[in-house]
Order: sequence, then structure tokens, then C-alpha cells
Amino acid sequence: MTTDLTRSTAAELADLLTRREVSAREVTQAHLDRTRAVDGPVHAYLHVDEEGALAAAADIDARRAGGEELHALAGVPIAVKDVVVTKGLPTTAGSRILQGWVPPYDATLVTRLRAAGMPILGKTNMDEFAMGSSTEHSAYGPTRNPWDLGRIPGGSGGGSAAAIASFQAPLAIGTDTGGSIRQPAAVTGTVGTKPTYGGVSRYGLIAMASSLDQAGPCTRTVLDAALLHEVIGGHDVMDSTSLTAPVPAVVAAARRAEVTGLRIGIVRELTGEGFQPGVQARFEEAVAHLVDAGAEVVEVSCPSFTSALAAYYLVMPSEVSSNLAKFDAMRYGLRVWPEGVADASAEQVMAATRDAGFGDEVKRRIILGTYALSSGYYDAYYGSAQKVRTLIARDFAAAFEVADVLVSPTSPTTAFAFGEKMSDPLSMYMQDIATIPANLAGVPGMSVPSGLADEDGLPVGFQILAPAMADERLYAVGAALEARLTAAWGGPLLARAQDLTAQSIAPTEALS
Amino acid sequence: MSELSRDAVAHLAGLARIDLADAELDRMVGELAVILEAVATVQQAPIGDVPAMSHPLPLVNVTRPDVVRPCLPAEDALAGAPEAEEGRFSVPRILSDD
Repeated sequence: MTTDLTRSTAAELADLLTRREVSAREVTQAHLDRTRAVDGPVHAYLHVDEEGALAAAADIDARRAGGEELHALAGVPIAVKDVVVTKGLPTTAGSRILQGWVPPYDATLVTRLRAAGMPILGKTNMDEFAMGSSTEHSAYGPTRNPWDLGRIPGGSGGGSAAAIASFQAPLAIGTDTGGSIRQPAAVTGTVGTKPTYGGVSRYGLIAMASSLDQAGPCTRTVLDAALLHEVIGGHDVMDSTSLTAPVPAVVAAARRAEVTGLRIGIVRELTGEGFQPGVQARFEEAVAHLVDAGAEVVEVSCPSFTSALAAYYLVMPSEVSSNLAKFDAMRYGLRVWPEGVADASAEQVMAATRDAGFGDEVKRRIILGTYALSSGYYDAYYGSAQKVRTLIARDFAAAFEVADVLVSPTSPTTAFAFGEKMSDPLSMYMQDIATIPANLAGVPGMSVPSGLADEDGLPVGFQILAPAMADERLYAVGAALEARLTAAWGGPLLARAQDLTAQSIAPTEALS
Repeated sequence: MSELSRDAVAHLAGLARIDLADAELDRMVGELAVILEAVATVQQAPIGDVPAMSHPLPLVNVTRPDVVRPCLPAEDALAGAPEAEEGRFSVPRILSDD
């Protein structure tokens, strides 16, 4: 146990709080202080709620002092991605069109965090409406990777991943439509889980693609992810796609960390060519660790995965073009009157507002989706993509006949430099090549740190995929791998990241 | 593979209610061409008699008893509106005068 509370895991903090060795207020204040010290250069947060977080912490301390039975994570603070609505806290989804909007209600997962007594530290930065793999598409400026401030923290949930990796929060919420929890986890050396579709309520998530979106935990350890998964998971009557089955026993699986006899399937299409050598090397090493722990390895082929990226970039923009129609300048958000138009109509105001309020990537996807759904092209594009989606689901089903989990590198490369892919959208899209199939089929996935690439010394992620509603397998494999790798490294991977406070860095930007 | 002309992109932007500036439109035409070429490869997958999948899990219709329950107060719903008047959203004109 370290004396610095921000270096503790959520599980450790929960124990300290339960034993009353620290107060929730001390824990929360320590993280807020850390944010003041390092978030200028990192820019993980769009909004920090010092007052609200400390008040929630004080409330928990009072209730604990009064002898109340509290949730295990009561008093453990958390950061929430800005695509999740929070009553009374600004929510922008990284877009100018929602600048200054304060939602009148909480997302179901936020209601559950508050009910568990978890202080909300603030809202984290992201690519606008979760569209991107780098946070460079945030209207409020990018988040920087704590490992190297010249590099991207992944996206869209780069803010949540960077907050965790820079010890500004022990836990964070992310959302994953094509890899937005897993890819940031991979490039920042953290853990991220996309639960089975429907496992966590989507009520109060600002939708990007409703048939793909799923919220999940961003943490530094597999056990912490499981603890948070249990808080936010489970049926919700406010989401008609919410699963009625109980939350899988993820915490028990993470604690057991048992893989003896488990069949690990290596997906042929998601390894080798196109993957950076250091990424591939850390992947192979991780597989060897799992074999050593008693798992069996089988090779599986999922031929349709090679069409997954193309199918995703038709299904997702189609849903985007529909979901983002609600930003019409009428009920919330920005309203811009067109210049030089006397007595503008609602439609003219709508078009001027959407041009001023949306960034380039959002506009690209809306227009692409409008095209894919238009009469005469629907069958060729959206229709074909939906059929490919069936093929991908069938590939998963066949693979899970011979393997209990599937594995691959999470992302084909380590963190790239800012600007490297901004002028070439397609190369940015390629970042999600290994994560997208899970969203199309609705199966759960996790990224766990597997080391640093030899060529650049940057973190690499190991992806685990399981059948729908078997999320506990991710945690069993993730925890087994984490235990072995941590032992081999002599400590957590993040202990090797640079010390942000020791650097001479530019003056911090004001916290908003 | 399909070509998207500048006029076609302008038309789509109109349908999507985005008033693109000329320079944005020029850039978008080139970018969309590259993306479309990539996504059009879905047509080469063996999808002959494969059924379409719109959703990851089987969907069932969800109903509840038709009873009154608490909802958002009007003032909360209007709090984020660009303009509100007399307890309602105030919007630009939706009809032309003539």
C-alpha cells in the first residue's frame, strides 16, 4: 500500500474507507489536487466539479459515521465521460453544439453511481459525439497521452483513459461503439471493458449508433473494472434493449483469475500483418503467459472480420445520421441565425446551427449515413452492411464452438503522434480494426495492458472477447494475465510512465 | 464503386440540414470518395442469401401499464432551450408568409 491515495486501486481505497483509515473527503481531495497539478497539460477533463464531489464525499463520511451500511465502493470517486448526461453538470459530448448545456436528468448509470455513494469528480474529454480514435475531434482541444504528451490518448474516450493513467481518478466511465473504451485503454496502459450489448443501460447516453453503443468501466486493474461493472450493470426499464439477465459474476471471476483448461482462440485475421512488430510481440508473450497458467490455445478463422470495418462505416454513420437529427437548434443547445438572411426559417436556422455546431468528422459521418440510407443506394450500402453483420455474428458463433474466449492485440499500433492521421480519415478508422467486430455482434470485450512495444516504449493492449452474456470470462482471463505480467514486470505497467509533476511543462490552462 | 459529385454531396448536406461552406464542400467531396471506395467492399462479401441483421440481440417489444408516472417538469425541460416563451419552446418561423 502506497501512502499516495491517488496511486491506490479502487479496491484498495474501498478497503481503506470501510476500515475508516481514510475519509471519502480525503480520497476525493487527493484526486482533485492531482488534477490541479497535472491536468493543464493532460487535459483529461472538460469540467471538474470540486464542490459537488467534495459534498458527495462529505455526505458519505457522515453516513458512515452514523453507522449506515454502505456500498463497497461508497466514497471512491469517479470520472464520467462527457457523452453521459449528468443532472446539474455540464454535458457537451465534446461538441460545440452542446456548449453550456446542463442536462435536467441523470443517465441510469449515473443514478447508480450516485446511489452507490461514488463522488463524481468531473466530465472527461472525448472526440465529438464519440467519433474518433484520438480525441483530436473534440471541439475543446485534444487530451494528451500521459506516457508522451506529444501523442494521442486514443479515442473516443481518451479523456477517461488519460484521467485514469495520470492518477486523476481511480475509476472512469467510458462508452464503446467501435472500440472507444478498449483502444484508449490499450494506448494508455489501462484496463477497459465493453460489456455485452444491453448489459449496461443506455438511458442517458447521448447516442451515436444505438445498435452498437455500450458503456463500461475504465480502470487501472481488472478487479477494479469488475467492481465498477457490477455497479453500473443490470436491467433498466428505461432502456428497452437492456438485458433482463442478472449481471455476470464478474467480480468473483476477477478474484479467481483462473484459466486452467480454458480454450483461448487466436483470431487469424486479427494478428500478424498490419500490426506493429512490438504490438505483435507483446501479444505473443501474453498468450505464452496464459498457456503457462493452464490455458489451451487454438487458432480460429473469422473470414468475415476483414469486411467488418467497411460494414461498420456504413451501419454506424447510418445510425448517426438519424440519431444526430435531434440537434436541430430548437429544444436545447446552440442556435445560430444565418448571416444575411432576413426572417430566417426554422430550417435555415437548423442548417446554419448544424454547420457552426458540428465538427468535420461529425459532418462527414452524417453525410455518409444520409447517402447510405438514401433511396436507390440503401440496398447496396446499408443493406449489404447489415448482411455482413450477420456473417460476422456467424463467425463469432463458429469460433466460440471451439474456443471459450478469443484474443488479439487491441489496436494495431501504439499511440500515434498528434496530427498524424487527421488528414486521412480512413487511416484513423483503421485503428479500430480489431475492436469493431465485437460491437457489430454485441459480444463483450476487454483490453488489458500487455507491456511496452520495444520500438517506441509505449503501452500495448491485449484484447479478450467472449460470447454474449459471458462477460465473466473476460475478467477471469484478464486477471490471470494481469497477475502474471505484473509479477514479471515487478509492479504495474503504469509505474513506468513518466512522472508528470517532475516535468517542466507549459503553464496549466484554467480548469473549467 | 460509386462516384459522388459535388452537386450530390451538396444535395446530401441539404437533406442533412447542414449549411456547408464552399471550401468545406470541396474537401468533403474528396474525403467521401476515399471512404466510399473502402466501404463499398461490403458488396464483395459472400452475402448472397444472408439475412440482414439490424441489432445484436433479438429484440422484443417492451410495454408497460398505461398509468401516469412522474416526468420532467416543464421548466426543467425548457431550461436548456435557446428560447422559451409562455412555458413552451420558441422557434423560428416554420411557414412562409405567402
